[in-house]
Amino acid sequence: MLCDNCHQNEAAVHLTRIINGKKEEIHLCEECAKDNAKLNTDQNDLSVQSLLAGILNNNFGFDQTKFYQQNTLEDRQSSSEFEVCPGCGLSYQEFASKGLFGCSQCFNTFSERLDNLFKRIHGNVRHSGKKVHYLKQQEATVIEINDLKAAMEKAVAVENFEKAAELRDKIHALQKNMEADGND
Amino acid sequence: MINNLSDQDWLNDSGPEKDVILSSRIRLARNFNDFKFPNQSSKDEKDALLSEMCSKLDFLAADYKFTLMEELTENERNILQEEHLISKEHLLSPAGKALFLNNDQHISLMVNEEDHLRIQILHAGLSFEHLWEIIDQLDDQIDARLQYAFSEKWGYLTSCPTNVGTGIRVSAMCHLPALSISGRIDNILGTVGKFGLTVRGVYGEGSGSVGEIFQISNQITLGHSEHEIIENLTAIIIQIINEERKSREYLVRNNFLELKDNVNRSYGILKYAYQLSETEALKYLSRVKFGLDCNLLAEKLDNNFFSELLFKIRPAHLNYNNDLNQNNLNKKRAELIRNKL
Repeated sequence: MLCDNCHQNEAAVHLTRIINGKKEEIHLCEECAKDNAKLNTDQNDLSVQSLLAGILNNNFGFDQTKFYQQNTLEDRQSSSEFEVCPGCGLSYQEFASKGLFGCSQCFNTFSERLDNLFKRIHGNVRHSGKKVHYLKQQEATVIEINDLKAAMEKAVAVENFEKAAELRDKIHALQKNMEADGND
Repeated sequence: MINNLSDQDWLNDSGPEKDVILSSRIRLARNFNDFKFPNQSSKDEKDALLSEMCSKLDFLAADYKFTLMEELTENERNILQEEHLISKEHLLSPAGKALFLNNDQHISLMVNEEDHLRIQILHAGLSFEHLWEIIDQLDDQIDARLQYAFSEKWGYLTSCPTNVGTGIRVSAMCHLPALSISGRIDNILGTVGKFGLTVRGVYGEGSGSVGEIFQISNQITLGHSEHEIIENLTAIIIQIINEERKSREYLVRNNFLELKDNVNRSYGILKYAYQLSETEALKYLSRVKFGLDCNLLAEKLDNNFFSELLFKIRPAHLNYNNDLNQNNLNKKRAELIRNKL
């Protein structure tokens, strides 16, 4: 039997590959087998990106063929499939083929589809862990405001209106600060 | 410029559980608002981020050395990668990429890698809690000076969806010769996968590993806190350490002569060979380290030899000053090992 690759030398290596349930037999001479071993490892080296692209392209109940058949060009262009991120110009199609976000705004642009994606990858859709500085500060302020509000209600209950007014001003000041931070 | 990086503390075989865990690593993926991610940004935009970082993160200047990847030779970049101080991704197309490396050479900040910033810390042995304290603090210092891309719902926003959330990757480099020899490794590594962890051979392909060295790391970054991720990984690694030690005991008790023979033969080959390929060297070095840890080796060896040689026998390290071809590399590798043992 001659080698499947060079068709010159006698085949010395016989490979059986099963890909997606399909059996395939390959017969190679020693030389070609060496090269093929290299080829095979390259193929096995499925990158994270290519796997993600697979998930992104196929698994959101979005049938591309049907989509093209059923929609006119106009419909297609107004569809979210053609949405482009205003932050970096990345389209959903590009995101799906690359498997990488282009900027932090992409997360808003493509937000509707992301829960599904994260669920598949992480089994979760909500962050639980470290928070950035300004959010931690905000949380601390919210707690402080709630404490002050409780104190204010108490002051009102005992008709200490002077103190209540003082507390109200403090609360307003904190709320204003928070709004200003949020607009940064 | 970057020479003798291997003489750094973090890779000494002196950390906790050093007989099984070679090193621990934590890295955080971070991005900043108002800049496109590196996969979408131009060279000018990358440079703009670099200068913003250099000016805002001036507190790093005291302990860290800043280097533009473009200014290094290819070999110097390879050396950094061989020592795991930069990633493979950071080697490729160096334009616009940079590195902050601390003076102790165990903390590195890669700029414009897959994300704007990758903060990484390494240490010998098993020491995740300690590493987390340091990297968490450094992360806070950066957070106070530059605005991270963060969403309350999804946490830290990263280029790749697989890093979103905590952006944390915690990994341990494990030397598992007894589990490999006894064939229990495949079963154990398969089980580990069920706990959201990944295992890969560090050298070699698939689940097999030439130096019997495996990297175990968390895969899930969203939905669990950093502490949970670290605790989960540590709990599983401790079990793997126990299993490896049990297998070592069992093997030594039942196959003493065979193992002693194997270990000392391996030592003999390393000690007297004049040509060694990387694969061959790794195979025997792994056995000698195993022999040393199980008191099977007739010779006395400094326990640091293994971690040190793991880097020094790699091509970029051997080829630092010269332009060696494959045969000469093998010759120089054998010479290096001969002198070390």
